[in-house]
Amino acid sequence: MDHQGPSVLTAVGLQALFDSLRRRGYRIVGPKVRDGAIVYDDIDGAADLPQGWTDEQAPGRYRLARRDDAALFGYAVGPHSWKAFLHPSVQRLWTARREGDAVTVTPEPTSAERFAFIGVRACELKAIAIQDRVFVGGAHVDPHYQARREGAFIVAVNCAEAGGTCFCVSMGSGPKVEASYDLALTEITEGEHRFVIEAGSEAGREVLAELPERAALDGDLDAAEAVVQRTAASMGRQMRSDDLRELLAANLEHPRWDDVADRCLTCGNCTMVCPTCFCTSVEDSSDLTGAESSRTRRWDSCFTMDFTHVPGGSVRASARSRYRQWMTHKLSSWVDQFGTSGCVGCGRCLTWCPVGIDITEEVRAIRESPSKPGVGT
Amino acid sequence: MVPRVGHVRRRRREAPNVWTLEIEPDGPASAAAAPGQFNMLTAFGVGEAAISLSSDPAEPGRLVHTIRAVGPVSRALAQLRPGAALGLRGPFGAGWPMAEAAGRDVVIMAGGLGLAPLRPAIYQLLAERARYGQVQVLYGARSPADILFRRELESWRQRLDVEIEVTVDHAAVSDWRGHVGVVTTLLGRAAFDPANTVALVCGPEIMMRFCAAALADAGVKAEAIHLSMERNMKCAIGLCGHCQFGPVFICRDGPVFRYDQVAGLLRHKEL
Amino acid sequence: MSGAVKDIEEIVREHPFFEGLLEPFGKLISGCAKNVQFQPGEYLFHEGVAADQFYLIRQGCVALEIKAPGRGAITFQTVREDEVVGVEWLIPPYRWSYDARAVDFTRAIAMDGACLRGKCEADHDLGYEVMKRFMPVLIQRLQAAQMQILDVYGEQA
Repeated sequence: MDHQGPSVLTAVGLQALFDSLRRRGYRIVGPKVRDGAIVYDDIDGAADLPQGWTDEQAPGRYRLARRDDAALFGYAVGPHSWKAFLHPSVQRLWTARREGDAVTVTPEPTSAERFAFIGVRACELKAIAIQDRVFVGGAHVDPHYQARREGAFIVAVNCAEAGGTCFCVSMGSGPKVEASYDLALTEITEGEHRFVIEAGSEAGREVLAELPERAALDGDLDAAEAVVQRTAASMGRQMRSDDLRELLAANLEHPRWDDVADRCLTCGNCTMVCPTCFCTSVEDSSDLTGAESSRTRRWDSCFTMDFTHVPGGSVRASARSRYRQWMTHKLSSWVDQFGTSGCVGCGRCLTWCPVGIDITEEVRAIRESPSKPGVGT
Repeated sequence: MVPRVGHVRRRRREAPNVWTLEIEPDGPASAAAAPGQFNMLTAFGVGEAAISLSSDPAEPGRLVHTIRAVGPVSRALAQLRPGAALGLRGPFGAGWPMAEAAGRDVVIMAGGLGLAPLRPAIYQLLAERARYGQVQVLYGARSPADILFRRELESWRQRLDVEIEVTVDHAAVSDWRGHVGVVTTLLGRAAFDPANTVALVCGPEIMMRFCAAALADAGVKAEAIHLSMERNMKCAIGLCGHCQFGPVFICRDGPVFRYDQVAGLLRHKEL
Repeated sequence: MSGAVKDIEEIVREHPFFEGLLEPFGKLISGCAKNVQFQPGEYLFHEGVAADQFYLIRQGCVALEIKAPGRGAITFQTVREDEVVGVEWLIPPYRWSYDARAVDFTRAIAMDGACLRGKCEADHDLGYEVMKRFMPVLIQRLQAAQMQILDVYGEQA
């Protein structure tokens, strides 16, 4: 590269990015149309991307629809998030071998896989940073997450479409890509189909140097800026978020919890699709002789009856208490625990809730009629 | 995340369904546990459970755990014979505030199995007796057969420098000549200066709420009353989410908490 | 010194239950009081019998118990010095619902229930003083009983 500042890559030139990443041995994962949704999966090249597709999202609703242009990233986020790769849903922790009364425990080696994530949105970058704080930023580090995270190469994309359930602006997590990425793309479909591309790290700069890029002109940069502005102005949802820690902590007995409990099925979809939910459980198993045993960690959800099981029963048995736990953890006690909100405003929990519960609506209802002091607070 | 291996050295039945295991870790001793901390014990092939240490902090090589067999994991652990292997992780958690108790009167209120996590504190208080003021141990059990550590309680009772009072919820007349009634009734007769007391409370949550309230009514400051909380635990290191109680993780921010920190949370049902 | 030397009014006044009682009331109440003692194992009263006295314990320990077939006698409460045994004298049908047995050698002040009820009826100020002192006993017993019913140390909540 013989210039400073952002570059421009044509839509055709995007394939070179895939080739460069493949040459470096990355396993490339990105968006793909499958089963009527845009999911994250292994992709071979730019031809696998959901060109010309968009999504229509609303609480409890997700449909794909055809665009009238050839945008490669013209949609918001689908049911998957990058946590499926960084914090996989099943992870063996150790195996043990028994010989008489002696037992040897062998830790599961960490993954050597290096992922390249294509199309990471601003909200997703923030979600990754939030999970980094949980898994790598505390007194105990999760070595499996750490290995996958350190090996990952992130190609971020500035959203050109705000989803029907998006509220990243309210949460301060987008739509412009800010946090750590290796490369960031902004897709421009007016005029020549091209991408403004910037490196955000040394690894990113090395890859960019191999691509058929040219220096970005003012016209390119203006167009890219306009994309971000347009997206920011068309958010599907809005939620005041500066006071949520105190608002929810002060309203643990608000009647709205009974209201949402009447609707919530405790299906746990929200926790599965949420990019920051991190709860897990473990299962021990052994072969029939008891000579070999192992422990496996798997995703869990605070919505299950078992989640809070103690002798005598579950602490949170009612749907009311389980919904309250999820929402107050996400928006309030996460701040006490990790210093930031747990929510990035991606809207997945609204879209994938079978009964269309909208967290921004629940917050609004509580804020507009706070519990009277002394009434069960 | 990965357990080390230990072996059971001794096993003793304390009460119906309650066993004490003495465990020795293979290899070098783990870090000495502070009173009130817990280990995660693995019964290989069955699962793992959080069990408080009930050992003497002055003997870090001997890990003693008192286990009530209520589920598949605790049952499997309680059935381990001397020589059997088990998995060990820990010690974890914030323990009893022993340093804060120096120079002050100490009131210990234990209910049921709650005496086990308090025993390390009692050992330490008695071993360094001169550092503390009046020491009272008030212990409530369901019935005489459920009283833990009977021989030890008797030997402590022989000492002149500590008050041990035991009560039961009910007793067959032939079994018991001592107090009958809930453990809070013992507080009225205990000799301590409420303005200069640290209280350590451990037992079922209902019992701890009533005891903390009774201590506060008697004039002990909420910041000086400490409870040991319990919730479902899987990882013990603040990463699995199960043990959350409002904003705190029992495994990492507790299990010992100051009453002023948790009194508000305890008031909410199903938190 | 033993109770034979002090007079009954002094003994009544000294008992913490009647702490703070005004002078004339002390005299009135003492008219219903007498000194009693029980050997270990001796019963103060039995279930079903008329509740015509209650006891302010001065020394010793009394077990409150109920008999159940197949289970023998079960103690559900012990009462010690400075505490009170017996509340059923307060309300009709004035009948004991449990047994009370001295565990240790026990000294007590026995108060004649009918006598005290009569005096309270005649002097409502005295009545209020007596009721005011019984209320905490009743409420604390109730709170303790609630806890005992919950069987908090049992294996299942």
